[in-house]
Amino acid sequence: MKEILNLKDVVVEYERHGQKIRAVSGVDLTLKSGEILGLVGESGCGKSTLGKAIVGILKPTVGEVTFDGMKVKKLTRGQRPKHLRNLQMIFQDPYGSLNPRRKIGSQIIDGLLVGGMKKAAAMEKAVEFLARVGLPKDANDRYPHQFSGGQRQRIAIARALAAAPSVIIADEPISALDTSSQAQVSNLLVKLVEEFDMGMVFISHDLSIVRRISDRVAVMYLGKIVEIGTTTQIWENPSHPYTRALISAIPHADGSSFMPSDLPGDVPNPMYPPTGCRFHPRCPVALPACAINEPEFVTLSDSRKVACVLQKAGTPPNSMIIPG
Amino acid sequence: MKLLKVTDLTVTLATSSGDAQAVRNLSFDLGHGEILGIAGESGSGKTMTALSLLGLLPYKGRATGSVFFDGREILASSKREYRDIRGKDIAMIFQDPMTSLHPMLTVETQLTEHLRHHRKVSKDSARQIVLELLNTVKIPDPAAALRAHPNQFSGGMRQRIAIAMALACEPKLLIADEPTTALDVTVQAGILKLLHQLRDERKLSIIIITHDLGVLSSLADRIMIMYAGSEVESGKTSELLTQPRHPYTKGLISALPGLSQDGKLLTSIKGMPPELGNFASGCAFHPRCAFAESSCSQALPPALDISDSHRIFCPINPFAQKSDITS
Amino acid sequence: MSTLKIFKKRKNVNSNSIWRQPLAIVGISIIVIWFILAIFAPWIAPYDPYSQAGDKFVPPSAAHWMGTDELSRDVLSRVIYGARTSLPYALLLVVLSATLGSIIGAISGYFGGKVDSFIMRLTDVFFAFPGIILAMAVAAALGPQIRNAVIAVTIVAWPIYARLVRGLILNAKQNDYVTASSLLGSSSIRTLIVDLRPNISGPVFVLAALEVGNALLLLSGLSFLGLGAQPPTAEWGSMVSMGAINFDRWWVGLFPGLAILTAVLAFNFIGDTLRDALDPRTAKALRN
Repeated sequence: MKEILNLKDVVVEYERHGQKIRAVSGVDLTLKSGEILGLVGESGCGKSTLGKAIVGILKPTVGEVTFDGMKVKKLTRGQRPKHLRNLQMIFQDPYGSLNPRRKIGSQIIDGLLVGGMKKAAAMEKAVEFLARVGLPKDANDRYPHQFSGGQRQRIAIARALAAAPSVIIADEPISALDTSSQAQVSNLLVKLVEEFDMGMVFISHDLSIVRRISDRVAVMYLGKIVEIGTTTQIWENPSHPYTRALISAIPHADGSSFMPSDLPGDVPNPMYPPTGCRFHPRCPVALPACAINEPEFVTLSDSRKVACVLQKAGTPPNSMIIPG
Repeated sequence: MKLLKVTDLTVTLATSSGDAQAVRNLSFDLGHGEILGIAGESGSGKTMTALSLLGLLPYKGRATGSVFFDGREILASSKREYRDIRGKDIAMIFQDPMTSLHPMLTVETQLTEHLRHHRKVSKDSARQIVLELLNTVKIPDPAAALRAHPNQFSGGMRQRIAIAMALACEPKLLIADEPTTALDVTVQAGILKLLHQLRDERKLSIIIITHDLGVLSSLADRIMIMYAGSEVESGKTSELLTQPRHPYTKGLISALPGLSQDGKLLTSIKGMPPELGNFASGCAFHPRCAFAESSCSQALPPALDISDSHRIFCPINPFAQKSDITS
Repeated sequence: MSTLKIFKKRKNVNSNSIWRQPLAIVGISIIVIWFILAIFAPWIAPYDPYSQAGDKFVPPSAAHWMGTDELSRDVLSRVIYGARTSLPYALLLVVLSATLGSIIGAISGYFGGKVDSFIMRLTDVFFAFPGIILAMAVAAALGPQIRNAVIAVTIVAWPIYARLVRGLILNAKQNDYVTASSLLGSSSIRTLIVDLRPNISGPVFVLAALEVGNALLLLSGLSFLGLGAQPPTAEWGSMVSMGAINFDRWWVGLFPGLAILTAVLAFNFIGDTLRDALDPRTAKALRN
């Protein structure tokens, strides 16, 4: 598995009503081919913004995204450079990601035509891609509104396949679908990742699905990654207090009287993030120093990374007994 | 005596292709201080059930059967009688709290107005009561919250304000339709905890409607699973979730990503839930059921008791055990 | 998860819904009648429209259903022949101004920035003038000829399409499918033509239908002022002009005026119905 995506110190700002908002405040991340990285976090954490910056829809204010050894540039009016076209995105809204006035076939072959293929050959390929995502070939002549949400997402995936992607950023690809479609689309993505040895960043707020399909998980809070580790590590032994809060808030459908724990307070306004560690106002184990210094991202003995002053580099995860 | 006893509830709606039944001969009850969870996919009729209890069916919708609430029959109530019931005896909160809250009025105005509509209290007392309510739902700094507008709050806070409004007139029953579906998981946990507390402290009965079995597992005492307008299984939460008996319930539970750990591929029940007006004959689930036999399409499935707190509607009972009451 | 899907039935809105609307049927019928009259004028018109035989100013009678004009020409025949001038030119006008306006609007909306600001200020200038005044100025400058009248009205009419298309493009640009095209390597031009054009042609077509009436009025107005069709061409506007001068011979001006009225109304009916049919909110009401 080679490293196919690398983010270094990525900061993404945007303006709203004349004010600058830092949606992403310094993120380091890597992705290998054949790997599914789950990117989770609650509203306002910046995961969608990060996804857009990775792909080039937004330009990082600071920092760099490297794809397959080359720097990712922002989308411009001209054609996106050929080598970047292998970096694709699946969007959340199945209704907005397909042009309602164009036939499916013409939309799928876009990637091929732009790459120089002739129309006839491209249409044949389109049938292949449709089959790959489980749709019949007569779909080529139909319009998006004739398909369900789940089918539209599969069409969007077929369209992305036309660009022979080696990395797919999936931004909440199944959130807007019903349960059975969610399973279908998720399984399709998992199979494609395996078949094409792709890397995938799976952005989602649905922690249960992330747990099933991701190899590694990155947890974001207010524009920063607080912890990255393997899925097992994150679920079974979360080390960052926010990760702990997140995992213990997930309900269990097992009929036990398990009551998910809540996390008091609200996510702070990204325009005015707290000083020091961003999580400290809500953290059950915060120390006085947490309000002053931002914690460093350290690597623990089990190779996971976490940004918390209670965790020391090179040591096993500190299981944090609540003081008092 | 039960707070709510629904018998043979049938809700018929007018669609562009004629009348269709959204709820078919549904019967269930609810005790004081009990939390009932109604689960099902979209189109199962769960929301229409709730709306029929409050007389809020869409234009040209009608309900038949019996809804016996707090000692009296309320199904055939007039518009005015329903207006009295709503908010005072039965209150409802929705997936989007802005369904209940006015974006242009302050929190104080909305809540006190609502309160004074149903109870004869002075403006000052109303303000006091509302302040206490905001405290109960754990809004930080209630005094400041009174002066604010709903859009100044986060989604979770808005839902808490909607709950405060629902509680203002001390209803005996709160119906919550997908109250946490649009919320982050930690915020959802807060709302579930709050609802639990409200039940414990005020003996509030709650009907919670959702497709999320995890939410019901945490909150509900009993669960009723609905499909195509009818009940397919109901029982005590722990029993139903650990020993589901109806093929549909079993399918739903197997499809949960969180529960089984077998690899990355998810399972789901084959096919799609039927659309209104297009329910299959006999047991509506039979086209998707792995155990269906010819008898399933011929008659409505009978009730089978598994224990005295667990029953299914299925003529086959494919997972029957010797301990079942009816086998 | 909406449970109130009861009244939703997705149907492709096609012209079938137009046929069910009474106004549109009336409008289409009128236009069809005028087209038939225009095409078959030589066989339908009772007299040669230029023939000056007979008496001047004959009131409507059995021989001349609409009377004769100041040069003894049969008004009815001239009204029929007038359709051959007024209608095609009005339609040509709309095609020209819609095309010109759409292209300018698309450039403005897609590229934004200074180009957009400049173009929008330009449309502001054009909107500041009442159409007829501007058209008069241009037509007068170019010389009184029907061809120049068409140019003049095109110049007056394009901004309204530019504004519409700019708005549509600004809106459509935000959609994920446009981003997806860019991610796949589509250039702006390609996106404009392949992705955005299909989304703007509908509303542009509707606007054009509504504007044909306007175009006809402007053109007739110019001819009325002597800046458009020149004598002896039979054109409704110039005919109304003579009718205004000879007011007591009411038939000279009334019938061509009615011709303009019916044509403009007809196009408005069609345009209104098209607009209702294409707008998703009113389209539902139309279908039920």
